[in-house]
Amino acid sequence: MTQLSPATIPRLPHGVRLKFDQVRNVNVLLAPERAFELDPTAAEVLSCIDGRRSIGEIVDVLAVKFTAERAIIEADVIDMLAGLVGRRVLEVAPQAPATRLDLYGNGT
Amino acid sequence: MAMAPEHNPAPIGLLAELTHRCPLRCPYCSNPLALDRRSGELDTAAWTRVLSEAAALGVLHVHLSGGEPTARADIEEITAHCAHEGLYTNLITSGIGPAHAKLDGLVRAGLDHVQVSVQAADAGEADAIAGLGGAHEQKLTFARRVVAIGLPLTINAVIHRGNIRHVDRIIGLAVSLGAKRLEIAHTQYYGWALVNRAALMPSREDVDRSIATVEVARARLEGRLVIDLVVPDYYALYPKACAGGWGRRLINVTPSGQVLPCHAAQTIPGLEFWNVTDRSLAEIWSASPAFQAFRGTDWMPDPCRSCDRRERDWGGCRCQAFALAGDAAATDPACSLSPHHAMIQGLAAAEADAEPPAYAYRTMSRPTVADPA
Repeated sequence: MTQLSPATIPRLPHGVRLKFDQVRNVNVLLAPERAFELDPTAAEVLSCIDGRRSIGEIVDVLAVKFTAERAIIEADVIDMLAGLVGRRVLEVAPQAPATRLDLYGNGT
Repeated sequence: MAMAPEHNPAPIGLLAELTHRCPLRCPYCSNPLALDRRSGELDTAAWTRVLSEAAALGVLHVHLSGGEPTARADIEEITAHCAHEGLYTNLITSGIGPAHAKLDGLVRAGLDHVQVSVQAADAGEADAIAGLGGAHEQKLTFARRVVAIGLPLTINAVIHRGNIRHVDRIIGLAVSLGAKRLEIAHTQYYGWALVNRAALMPSREDVDRSIATVEVARARLEGRLVIDLVVPDYYALYPKACAGGWGRRLINVTPSGQVLPCHAAQTIPGLEFWNVTDRSLAEIWSASPAFQAFRGTDWMPDPCRSCDRRERDWGGCRCQAFALAGDAAATDPACSLSPHHAMIQGLAAAEADAEPPAYAYRTMSRPTVADPA
């Protein structure tokens, strides 16, 4: 099982998408042969996933929006996303390359 | 739009049987014995209207199926219309013939997912089952292109006596193709498969071994490949909730526009089906006599009526109850609580034990082989 950390960048795989179901008045995650009904919190988290933001950055956004304690949100988000990875409706993007090479070994 | 009664949930999936035309002749084809001809198929305008009505009714997934759905000249247009309506599209294809040439257009149209059938892991064996030389190689080429394009791929393999000892190799094939999902679907005996039951029925030992093989592979491939297993009815303890329960989740529209609760429902005599050319999908879903016939639990006799599984398996399959017990309102004989259960287990064992007859391949004309049920 993939370990998720705040640095992990989650993304929706091809063939999985988020949709607001107007008939049932609920957000759903659509995947081949499967549809997951999402509670408002889960839908909020998934709508932040764009394949660029890390889990940590998503938690930052949610912490401001919901004025909740960051550590609690982070644990909940990681827990929820791990469940979706296990069901193969969420992927982990390959780690982004370091944006800066520490050529001189002094941190600059 | 007609409002459905409160106890009547909105459908989730629509199986669009766009055409019965198919280059393959699989002896377990789920299409009816009396196939619709091209001249009787719904036109593009009818399909796009039906699909818009499906979206408004609450359908989330559309399974573009057949026959071979890419045999329709308007398959890209139909797919694009689904995407426009926000419907999730799943192309259920043989992967041969026109499927290759149309794949790029389907991707542009917004296709979400592709399911390709394979008949076996070995080309010779597979082509003998499909009744078409060279089919297997074409399928593999097509499946690889689907993955290369970046679309998610499901491989579907119908399991029977002719391939059940090679389930491990079918799993290996799905992994090597880069499929995300594999359906190991033991044959369901309706329509053509019922005609061919004696040729297709595996022994219980082979069934048990194949299920164990899948269990082991699931653990080994966790995170790489999802394997969905459809277990064989005749050796089961409890029946399957056919289509998730009659008229609860699924709508099936035939090439000529008949609306069915499941793809085999026309085998049940006396049911009145409505057609999309006469009525809206919403009206058909909520009020069609065929949909109402076995909806919910009120129609159930015992042992279903008093069973605590009645809202889990919904009495099993009505078509199988008719085919094997002669009464569509009987408990599915696949259930160990059915008085017919021992009879069908004995029947399966006897057929699996005997020399298999030759396949009656699917053709546009009805098979001449006597119905074994």
